[in-house]
Amino acid sequence: MAIGVKVLERPIEQTSYVRATLKGMALTLKHLLDTEKVTIQYPEQKWPLSPRWRGTHRMLTTEDGKAKCVACGLCPTVCPANCIKLVPGEDELGNRYPLVFEIDEFRCIFCGYCQEVCPEEAIHVGRHYENSEYSRDGFVYDLERLTAQTHPVCEMWDPADPKGE
Amino acid sequence: MCGMPSAGFRNFQRTAIVVVSAMKRTFIPALLTWAVIPYGATWDSPWGSIDMALAPMPVGFLYILAISSLGVYGIVLAGWASNNKYSLLGGLRSSAQMISYEISMGMSIIPVLLLAGNVSLNQIVEQQAGWGLHWNVINCTVAFFFFMISAFAETNRLPFDLPEAESELIAGYHSEYSAMKFSMFFIAEYANMMTASALMATLFFGGWDIPFTMWDNAAPHTFLKTLVTFGFFWAKILFFVFVFIWIRWTLPRFRYDQLMALGWKFMLPTALAYIVVIATGTLVLQSLGIYPDSWKFSLAMLGVNIVLMTLIVGVIDRGRLISPAYSRLDKRNLAKLRNVRYERARLEPVTTEGGAD
Repeated sequence: MAIGVKVLERPIEQTSYVRATLKGMALTLKHLLDTEKVTIQYPEQKWPLSPRWRGTHRMLTTEDGKAKCVACGLCPTVCPANCIKLVPGEDELGNRYPLVFEIDEFRCIFCGYCQEVCPEEAIHVGRHYENSEYSRDGFVYDLERLTAQTHPVCEMWDPADPKGE
Repeated sequence: MCGMPSAGFRNFQRTAIVVVSAMKRTFIPALLTWAVIPYGATWDSPWGSIDMALAPMPVGFLYILAISSLGVYGIVLAGWASNNKYSLLGGLRSSAQMISYEISMGMSIIPVLLLAGNVSLNQIVEQQAGWGLHWNVINCTVAFFFFMISAFAETNRLPFDLPEAESELIAGYHSEYSAMKFSMFFIAEYANMMTASALMATLFFGGWDIPFTMWDNAAPHTFLKTLVTFGFFWAKILFFVFVFIWIRWTLPRFRYDQLMALGWKFMLPTALAYIVVIATGTLVLQSLGIYPDSWKFSLAMLGVNIVLMTLIVGVIDRGRLISPAYSRLDKRNLAKLRNVRYERARLEPVTTEGGAD
């Protein structure tokens, strides 16, 4: 049984079961009498998210309701998880716009590179975390869904203000 | 605790998956025990003197020992009937554990019976009545210590909850039970806790006796006295129930060999030795003319108990009470165990001079 087991001579404080029990009981009693509550009533109460929280995406829109995206293709290029599908289109005035813009939120690793690389400040990662769906297909967000999201967006790391103050 | 009744009620509505009535066998013995526990001072009513116990039997404590051992049947049968190896293992563990600790429990009570000179619970409470100096926790502290440990083992509460060890046996003997069937096990566990608490209060903390006053023991035994003593009895029970829950917050579960070693190698011999100590102490004090109903007797016993508890906590409890992760092997055994490996490999045996690891 004891083959290869290192045997240490321990001081009595560490080997006395009764003492350890009493010490533990004092600790748990202290926590019982401690009025400071560490739990929150989740669905009603929510823990405030960090301004730099990177959650599910949101596509910002122009004043006339169209997506700001110009289909430059930077975000699918920079995406390390390869989760953005972009098919660019061009209208009669020569403005580029996305024909298809889909983000697979299951593949996404929420690195925030897409927001960082976007020249138009169109795609953003959001401060949002309640994402339940009834099917896996529901996690592929299309352009319509991305523009319809209303949650606040992430404030990225600013080199001039590294601590976010 | 506050969530218990509603949670129990909710389970009434759920669908039961396994239909076995074994769980009733764990619950009923816990209730039967209450028949002999005196819960208040005797009331001298207009219809005669009424004992505040359902069945104040002269064999009181023997009855409790007999009935409380029945609880293990429910657990073993439930585990066996589940046709599940984890449930069966839980039931097996529980039977081994409860039988082992039943013995130390019985042995730890004998000093109390020696002092009372009787096994009737009414007599035991009467013997402790008074200022609180004659409570058996002062006369036989070590016995109380052992009784409490055995009570934890008997009720399958942490740190002795090996029969339902989640990390090893899913949920042990009640893995296959759901809804009210499962709830019955839980209710039975809490009922057992109440019973064990009532026994601790009765045997060691004076039962319904109110400490630091003679009011409850003096002559006119009115109904008010019965009610107040009843309240004190319940306060004591609830305190011990709280201790049960408190310990559950605090301690992790034992390893199985630690459990068995504690029961058989430590508690049983020490409890036997303690019987001798109490018997000798009583005999010596009585030959000096000090009888169990005097305060001198209690003080002398308290002194003896303080010395013994210091010995147990300070000397025996040095990695021996609960064996640590390594076992204490001397060098000879260590070398022997190592040589088993080397002999199998047909190599030269190692000598003791290798140093301990």
